Amino acid sequence: MADALTFHYEVDGGNFTSAGQASVQVKKNLRQLGFDPETIRRVSIAMYEGEINMVIHAGGGVADVTVEDGCIRIVLTDHGPGIADIDKAMEEGFSTARDNIRSLGFGAGMGLPNMKRYTDEMQIDSAVGVGTTITMKVNY
Amino acid sequence: MTINEIKTLLDAQMLCGDDPDCEIQSACGSDMMSDVLAYVKHQAVLLTGLVNPQVIRTAEMMDMRCIVFVRSKQPSPAMVELACESGIAVLATSKRMYEACGILYANGLKGNGELDG
Repeated sequence: MADALTFHYEVDGGNFTSAGQASVQVKKNLRQLGFDPETIRRVSIAMYEGEINMVIHAGGGVADVTVEDGCIRIVLTDHGPGIADIDKAMEEGFSTARDNIRSLGFGAGMGLPNMKRYTDEMQIDSAVGVGTTITMKVNY
Repeated sequence: MTINEIKTLLDAQMLCGDDPDCEIQSACGSDMMSDVLAYVKHQAVLLTGLVNPQVIRTAEMMDMRCIVFVRSKQPSPAMVELACESGIAVLATSKRMYEACGILYANGLKGNGELDG
């Protein structure tokens, strides 16, 4: 693949109902590009969890998905509160989500671990009070 | 088991679905979408008592073919439309989660671990 193909999305932080729309679109785009179902599934689940996180915790953000030679790179950037303790945040079951989020089916402390589980590489850059950038790579 | 057989076994109402003869191999039941995203592999049916658009999106992300709303929960028309657009059948039953899962399991529909071998 000569030129990298990038998809850019704005994730609306105020709207839980529309959360996940960017991931749905990525899934459609990758399908049109002819990627295998398992790769599409891994990318879309990881991105969906990230998108939900941005809506729940950070008031939205932006998502960039780039199709590179041999991998798909997902970069999620927000200007939310940041993550104070990344190791703690990566523990399954640890969550800072409010109870009302749990009643919506999320906030079980599985988001970040899931993103790691479904990707080949994941890096979290975060500063409290500044925001968070998560970069994930899925090899194909 | 087909979607139509699930509908009959659960005495459910079909709210959308254009492929009732679609063959289903396995199912899962949960109200926590995070858990569905974490633990479910190749499950084609989601039984849930949670009603919001993220249920449909979660099912779509997991390549599921059918959602069964239990405990007489009724999804909104917008949710049903979203499911239709994604090719996901939607059923609604008055049965509770435990009972609905039990009926399907007793009739041969397997869960996660059994398929993983």
